[in-house]
Amino acid sequence: MSETDPLNAVLADDAQVNLEKEFEDSNVKDVLDKLDRELIGLKPVKTRIREIAALLLVDRLRKQFALTSETPTLHMNFTGNPGTGKTTVAMRMAEILHRLGYVRGGHLVSVTRDDLVGQYIGHTAPKTKEVIKKAMGGVLFIDEAYYLYKPENERDYGAESIEILLQTMENNRDDLVVILAGYKDRMDKFFHSNPGLRSRVAHHVDFPDYSAEELLHIAKLMLATQNYRFSPDAEKAFFDYITIRMTLEHFANARSVRNALDRARLRQANRLFANASKSLSKTDLMTLEAEDILASRVFLEGKLDLDGDEGSDAVVD
Amino acid sequence: MMTNPSRILTQGQFSFLPPLTDEQITAQVKYALSKGWALGIEYTDDPHPRNTYWEMFGNPMFDLKDPAGILLEINSARKTFPNHYIRVTAFSAIRGVESVTMSYIVNRPKTEPGFGLVRQETDGRTMRYTIHSYATDKAEGERY
Repeated sequence: MSETDPLNAVLADDAQVNLEKEFEDSNVKDVLDKLDRELIGLKPVKTRIREIAALLLVDRLRKQFALTSETPTLHMNFTGNPGTGKTTVAMRMAEILHRLGYVRGGHLVSVTRDDLVGQYIGHTAPKTKEVIKKAMGGVLFIDEAYYLYKPENERDYGAESIEILLQTMENNRDDLVVILAGYKDRMDKFFHSNPGLRSRVAHHVDFPDYSAEELLHIAKLMLATQNYRFSPDAEKAFFDYITIRMTLEHFANARSVRNALDRARLRQANRLFANASKSLSKTDLMTLEAEDILASRVFLEGKLDLDGDEGSDAVVD
Repeated sequence: MMTNPSRILTQGQFSFLPPLTDEQITAQVKYALSKGWALGIEYTDDPHPRNTYWEMFGNPMFDLKDPAGILLEINSARKTFPNHYIRVTAFSAIRGVESVTMSYIVNRPKTEPGFGLVRQETDGRTMRYTIHSYATDKAEGERY
């Protein structure tokens, strides 16, 4: 049964293989650990990636018995509210799939409707084909995919682009992975009107909203990458800020947190400026104090700063 | 006496070998991409050893990194011009080189009529020779 080449020898039918050893030999473990560290929450996403990694491992073991199988369909659909990390995870997905060995190159081509649909007859097909060619061997990420299909406007060429995508998604499954992303209700409507697309997408992943603790953790990570930190009081204040902010309208999860941190940095800069006579240490420059957070309108008036004049009294003319 | 009895156009790399399969073309494209060369596709129906200026099929693909995308384009060219000569060229932009480094034919017409030797007698019975392609006896577009 086994060939003369010891490296590619096919195992006998009753041989045993070790899954644990295979797991350690591959670099799947670092990929999963890195994912755990750098992305907070997102349990369904991490579960799905783990499942794909497990499939890869089992595939490898099967190869040792010369059991071949088809490449699994990897096209995905990410749905969720704004700011839940759909675009971020899609960018990571290209690298992850490459490390797991499912795509050849690790590059990601990120497009929206404008990059795929043309303005006049005959313009759409070459445009879409160009984008597909560029993405070959990697991942094509289509953000706000529902804009591709506009049933009200009969002169809209989005349907043509969808046709070409469908063909490529089916015929070049080994070469290209397509990830669609958008808000849940609109994506559901989009798939409803495109059954061909729905049947080609194997993984539908919903991105849940973050909890307050997760958002605080994300805030601390964001600050750490920019070399800032919270003082202990500031951390408590920011947690209170998040819990109140989550109840108000237009809450965009991680994006709202990022905006709030930017405003806190603005207030910190103005606070330091107001005490300009004092000399500052590195720690002073790095730390956000509780007053930088508590000055927010969300605390003072219980509503949002929609006209952007928050912190204006601290501005020096 | 012709030195090309099989009548095929032996221009570019691999032209004396049997036609390249898609896997072989992919391997060659991968090599060119690994060197950072830009790949282009050209076609013609005017065979001659000295005809090096062929028509371009689209722009050279400067930004593609994967052979599958280039294969897509090659197959599209084959579908558009099934009976023309189609070749893939690789251009190296390195200073000092700045020229085509690879060029091989990926598609040929089904039958190639071959070449004949044309003799021209100039003054004093001095002979000048050139090669004439039998395909060019017909007009462009009607050759294959």
